Formats: sequence, C-alpha cells, structure tokens
Amino acid sequence: MSEHHNPPKGLMRWVLTTNHKDIGSMYLWLSLIMFFVGGFMAMIIRAELFEPGLQIVDPNFYNQMITMHGLIMIFGAVMPAFTGLANWMLPLMIGAPDMALPRMNNWSFWILPFAFIMLSSTLFMEGGSPNFGWTAYAPLSTTYAPNSTTFFIFAIHMMGISSIMGAINIIATILNLRAPGMTLMKMPMFAWTWLITAYLLLAVMPVLAGVVTMLLMDIHFGTSFFNAGGGGDPVLYQHVFWFFGHPEVYIVILPSFGIISTILPAFSRKPLFGYTSMVYALGSIAFLSFIVWAHHMFTVGMPLVGELFFMYATMVISVPTGVKIFNWVATMFRGSLTFEAPMLFSIAFVVLFTIGGFSGLMLAIAPADFQYHDTYFVVAHFHYVFVPGSVFAIFAATYYWLPKWTGNMYDESLAKVHFWFTFIGMNLTFFPMHFLGLAGMPRRIPDYNLQFADFNLIASVGGFLFGATQLVFLFLIIKCIKTGKPASESPWEGAEGLEWTVPSPAPYHTFSTPPDIK
Amino acid sequence: MMKYLKMITLIVSTVLMGLLNPMAFAAFEINMPQGVTAISQEIYQLHMIIFWVCVAVGLIVFSVMFWSIFFHRKSRGYKPAPFHENTLIEIIWTGLPFLILAAMAIPSTKTLLAIYNTDDADLDIKITGYQWKWRYDYLEEDISFFSHLTTSPQEIYGLREKGKNYLLEVNEPLVVPIGKKIRFLVTAADVIHSWWVPDFALKKDAIPGFINEAWTRIDTPGVYRGQCAELCGKDHGFMPIVVEAKTLEDYQKWLLVKQEKAQELKKLNALNRTEEELMQKGEEVYREHCATCHENNGKGSSIYPSLVKATMTDQLDCITDHMHSVTYGVPGTAMAAFGEQLNPADLAAVITYERNAWGNNTKQFIQAKDIVLFKETGKYQNQELLGTCKGVIKK
Repeated sequence: MSEHHNPPKGLMRWVLTTNHKDIGSMYLWLSLIMFFVGGFMAMIIRAELFEPGLQIVDPNFYNQMITMHGLIMIFGAVMPAFTGLANWMLPLMIGAPDMALPRMNNWSFWILPFAFIMLSSTLFMEGGSPNFGWTAYAPLSTTYAPNSTTFFIFAIHMMGISSIMGAINIIATILNLRAPGMTLMKMPMFAWTWLITAYLLLAVMPVLAGVVTMLLMDIHFGTSFFNAGGGGDPVLYQHVFWFFGHPEVYIVILPSFGIISTILPAFSRKPLFGYTSMVYALGSIAFLSFIVWAHHMFTVGMPLVGELFFMYATMVISVPTGVKIFNWVATMFRGSLTFEAPMLFSIAFVVLFTIGGFSGLMLAIAPADFQYHDTYFVVAHFHYVFVPGSVFAIFAATYYWLPKWTGNMYDESLAKVHFWFTFIGMNLTFFPMHFLGLAGMPRRIPDYNLQFADFNLIASVGGFLFGATQLVFLFLIIKCIKTGKPASESPWEGAEGLEWTVPSPAPYHTFSTPPDIK
Repeated sequence: MMKYLKMITLIVSTVLMGLLNPMAFAAFEINMPQGVTAISQEIYQLHMIIFWVCVAVGLIVFSVMFWSIFFHRKSRGYKPAPFHENTLIEIIWTGLPFLILAAMAIPSTKTLLAIYNTDDADLDIKITGYQWKWRYDYLEEDISFFSHLTTSPQEIYGLREKGKNYLLEVNEPLVVPIGKKIRFLVTAADVIHSWWVPDFALKKDAIPGFINEAWTRIDTPGVYRGQCAELCGKDHGFMPIVVEAKTLEDYQKWLLVKQEKAQELKKLNALNRTEEELMQKGEEVYREHCATCHENNGKGSSIYPSLVKATMTDQLDCITDHMHSVTYGVPGTAMAAFGEQLNPADLAAVITYERNAWGNNTKQFIQAKDIVLFKETGKYQNQELLGTCKGVIKK
C-alpha cells in the first residue's frame, strides 16, 4: 500500500471520510450512544412503574418518555446498527473494495447525528417533547400536540432521507460490486437479507415521509387530512402509518436473520441448512409484510371483510417465519457445537424470537386481538421480537466481528457474564408483561391498579438488571479496542466467508483487486 | 470471576424467592378472564387453543434444539454431519403449519362473524370518549351522563392508602340489564379513545367524527371494570370504565329514578332562584368542584389563580368571559370545562357565587336559563360581551 492510502489524522478523518469501515464504525458508535439514551428513558419508565401511584414523573412527561424511547430505539439504535454492520461487512463479505457510492455514504451518515440532536432537543422545549407515542396517531399528534411536533416531523424526514440513501447504496453495492463468480445464490445470507431490507426501506420510508408531512399540513397549513370536522379521517393516518410501520418491523428484523444465518453455521461447524428455502422465505416475508398492516388496527372498526383479509394474511406470515426457525434448528442439529458469546446470543435469539413469534400468531387471531390489543401483552410481544430479535442479533454480530474490526479478541468470560445477565434481565422484564396484558393492564399508562403491582415490580427489577448489564458491554468493547489477545485472520474455527481471508484488524483498504470465487 | 457470579446469582435468587413466595403468588393473575358473555367465552377458548398450539410447536422445536445443545457438542467430541438440505422436509414444514393455520382460521372466522352481527339490539347506548372521561347516552330513554374517575389525588400521590378499586372507580357507572342485546355506538369528542371491558371481551376505538358499532349480552349481574385502551393524552391512565349489570327488574327501577331526575333537571332549568338561593347553592357547588384548586377562600394557590377581586370575576363586562371559562375551560391551563359536567342551574349558581363572594361585588345574578341561552348563542342576556374584558382571555 502506498502512503496516500492511509487515513488522515484528527477530526477531519471522520467528517470527510468515504471509507466504508470508518463510516460503519461511526454508525455503530452512534447506535450504541442512542441505545444508552433510549435505555435511560426505559429506566425512567420502569422506575415510575416500579410500584402503583405517581412517584417520579408526571403523566405528561411519562408519555414523552414512552414516545422518545420508541423513536430512539427504532430509528436511533437498531436501524443505524444494521446500517453500520452493512457498511463494515458487506464489502468484505462480497469482495468489494468499498461501498458503491462512497460520497453519498458519508452524507447518509452525517445527517443522522443532527436528526437525533434535533429530536432530543424537543425534550427541552416549552411544552415538552412529542407525547403521543411513537405511532403519532392523529388528532392527538395534530390538534392536541405540543409545538415541538414540528421538530419531530423534520427529524423523521432527515432520518428517512438517510435511510433511503443508505438503502440505495446497499442495493448498488450488492448488485454491482460482487466478486466475479459470486452469483446471487452464492451470496452470504447477510447480503441477501440486507438486499431485501434495502428494497423494503426504499418502498416504505417515502410513505412515512408522506404521512408525517400530512401531519405537518394539518398542524400548520389548515388542511384536514386527519380531521373529521374538515372532511378528513383520523383512521386514514393509521392506515398510511402502518403501511410504513409493518414493513418497518421487518426492516429491523431481516438483517438479524442474516446475522443468525451466518453465526449458527459457524459455531455448529456445519453449513446453513436449506439456503435456497431461506432465500425464498425471506422474499415471502418481505412480500407479505406489505399486505398485513391493518392487523395493528383490528379495533378501529374496519368492515368485516377487511378484518378477515388481514387476519388470514397475518396468519400466513408465520409459515415462512416458521421455515426460517426450522432451518436454523436443522443447522444446529448434528453439528459440532461450541458456545462462544456470538453463539450464545444467536441461540437465545432463536428461542426468544420464536416466543415473540408465537405471541405474534396469537395476536393475529382477530377476535382474540380484541382482548390483547393495546395491552401489555402487545408490549411483551414486540419487546420479545425487538430485544432478542434485533438487539441480541446486534450483540452476536458485534462479538463475532469484533476481532476483525479491532484485531483483538474480546474478553470471553466477561462476554458470557454480559450474555447471562442480559438474558435473565430481558426475560424477567418482558415475560411478566404477558400476564399483565392478559389480566387487563392497558399499555402506555403511568399508574395502575394494585392487582398489577407484583408483576410490574418484577419487570422493573428485571429492567434495571438488563440496563445495568449493558455497561458491561460498553466496557467490553473499549477493552477489546485497547487490548486483548491478537486475533488471527480467521479466529473462529467454523467461520466461512471472504471477510476471514483478510488480516485482522481489516486494513483500511481491502479487496482492491477482487478475490476469486470458486 | 466465578466467585462473583455465584454471589450475584445467590442475591438474585434470594430476591426472586422473596417475590415469588406462595403468599404473594395468590394475587398473581396470569390469564385472560373468561368473562361473562358468550363472545368473551368463545374468545377465551380461541386464546387457549392457539396458546396450546404454540406450546406444542414450541416443545417440538425447542426439544430438537436442546437435544443438539446437550448432545451435539464439540466438547463431547461430536463430529458434524455434512447434510445441508432436504427438499421433502422443507415441504413438510411449510405445508403442515398451513394446515394448522387453516384449522385455526375456521373458529376464528365464526367468532368474528358473531362479533360483527350488531342486528336486532334490545337497547342502544351511545358512548362518547372525552379527555378524560366517558359520556353515556341511552338513546331510547332520554338519559345522559358523564362518568369520570373518583380516585383521590391523595391515593395517587401516596398520601393515603390505595383502595381495592384504585383507578378503577367512577362517579357514576354505566348501568345495563343482563340478558339483553345491548348495542354500543362508540365515538369521541376530541382525540381517539378506546372503550374496553375485559369481561365482555369488548374493545372498540372511539374515533372523533365517526361512529363504531359493537354489542354485548351479559349473562350475570355484577360490576365490571375496564380502562381506556388508546393513548389519549396526559390522563389516559386515569379514565376507567365501570359497568353495573343489573337484572331487568332492577334496571327498570334505576331507569325510573334516572328519568325522574331528568324531569327535575328540566324544572331546574326553568327555575328562577332568589339571590340568597343562588349564593347558597353556588357555595355548595363551588366547594365540591372548584375549591380543590381555587380553595374555599377563593384565593387559589401556586398555579391556580385567585378569584378574589380578579378582573374576570369582579368586572361587570367580564361576565361572558367568566361564563365561557367555566363552561368550556381555558385551553393550555389546568382549568377544566364544566359545561357538560354541571347542569345549567348549578353553573348559574356557582358563577353567581364567584361574582359575589369574598368581596367580589358585581351584583350580577345569573339564572339557569341565562346559561342555556349562553350555550346556544354565546351571549349573556343577548349582550355580546365576550372578548370585551381585556387581558383575561386571549383570543
């Protein structure tokens, strides 16, 4: 390598970089910061719910916390983490020198910190931050909203632009920059999942931008899209929002599928079972995700036929999802298993995501949903999907690729501590919420009847345990960057893939000449 | 490392044992209520069937998985098998779930059809969600009232012990007969709410500008409690629903009493009270509804403004502004709208009281019919005064 290929020093390296590894690292750090910010809000929520009565925050601030917790975790923690992983790993996995559109890559990252500063600044504005839940149902988010809603809308627009640019970049990279000989059906599963995710992003982020713009028009320009008094319809908001919202759920889970499909074979020392059916299942899930949105709205009073259609379509989604889970189990079956941190998080992913899938199937049954809807059962369900589904997969990916990123092995026994306390904390927090919901506790309330006190106490203790444990994760990463046993080119015995053919840490430029794929 | 781990495990398990001791366990409700209607029982059955289907599938998947985790370990010297695909098994585990789902869809569809059949109702009740209370209108009977939370702030803020029905108690429950098909017409006046009583398995969104239909037929008399299920702003957690289901006989008795009261109200609206009567009734209403914030002496406290010698309460031309504030509330402040909660006679009395007590001396005495007229025209005795009072209501 000649001199001018080395990164410049100082702050400008990060501001001006077009290097996929630098940008990937920045995405991952941003995601980790937002994970702690959103997590801190969750701690406030759990502290208020620790016992019946109002103790710590007033109801309006509580509503601000649930709103910001949701927005920050989805748009700030999970989505940037996946984009960061894509930036770092996709070029390495498909033998490309960088992302296809490196300058745009810089821009799509650097929009994000400003979007989140703007979103977070609403907390300090007169009237407080958005307080209508991350779903922002009209007219609570229009006529009855705090003034800061305008900033929330602008922040959403910026995040959307960033996501769309990221998605275009990923599609261009995967379709154009694969090493010669790597056909689509030979691609690593992580590339497949991200390719499909990127198309979902392209399809639905403009829908979100559209619907929040309609909110903006209703607030400032006197339109009545969602105001029945002016000929509009509050339910229209929900339809358009969930047309974005349901594919969004898959946007934050499909890349996890790719990660798990990479890690399970590595630590089972056995190839992924049913690669082809995995790809088809992905495609089916992505397609179905567009025609199930109204299952979030079973109680709004849809016509019977609509209700039936969305119930059947939703039930069908469990088929391709089931195929994926069966394939993962078959991958592990008769393998030669070891249980390093990436594998532990992946196994926990399969078990807990399956439980989240089961409660999802229960929620699909429209008549039963009349009881489950907007209760803690739903809170339990989507946290069982998001936390093990997205967050555990991100943990697994971090441990799996940390040696490649830093050149050092992480502290395995500390990582096991992180795993076990996270696993226990997560279940202690969210499992009792199933019971709370079934027994009749609505979601998004700051106070509750005494009959819900015991399970809420357990959930709060679990929540604090989960939250505190994440400091161990931060410590582990910093420790791994600073010191640790030097990692070889391919530190995992069973790992396959082009990323393990370059040195650890991966040099600033890799695959300047494409590798040969047999 | 292991030493710390053991210690922490010990602490956590001790805490858990404490929490999960059998005494505490008695209070743990872990399942959906079966409820008191045919529909709620059908839904409970559906819930249990799909739950056991999930348990069965879970058992199979997790057993295979944990079998591998225990026996197919590298540390046991297990050598990996080379297989990585099998078309037949892929077809089976795609097809079988399809069949299970189809079987599940049949009873679900049947129940859904029953839920949607709102025909041939015996009585109709209109439910309107407000921030943060419910209004019930008995459409066939000329009866209408508001139902709001009665749990005291002292209980909420931990100054007094919380009762059994903490946050689930109201001033006036919805009263319905058992054994009759009741149709609910659900709507809202401001934002979206959702009317939910778990024992009826009935949850319907209350959407401003639209009317949703739902129905129930209750089997057993009793008091059933629920809560608003759609985030509707600050006090979403504080707008409970209480339904009292009575036998037909008791229900009709209740109707009679309610109707008599409605007649009395009509009389009240036509009533001309003397100045003494107005002041006496006004003080009574003031102490019940206003004094919690503005205090008995009218001087208010912290964020609650004083009414003593205040522009709004002591200036003659401010009378319509005063009536407006009490009737419709003051947006952006803690001042609530009392126009729907109090009858015109009480509103007239309390406004009169506020304008002539504690040294306020307007000598304006307002009658119920003035309030009725004000609500219709926005004027006081046909004088357009609203907004002439400077610096009190910004318009």
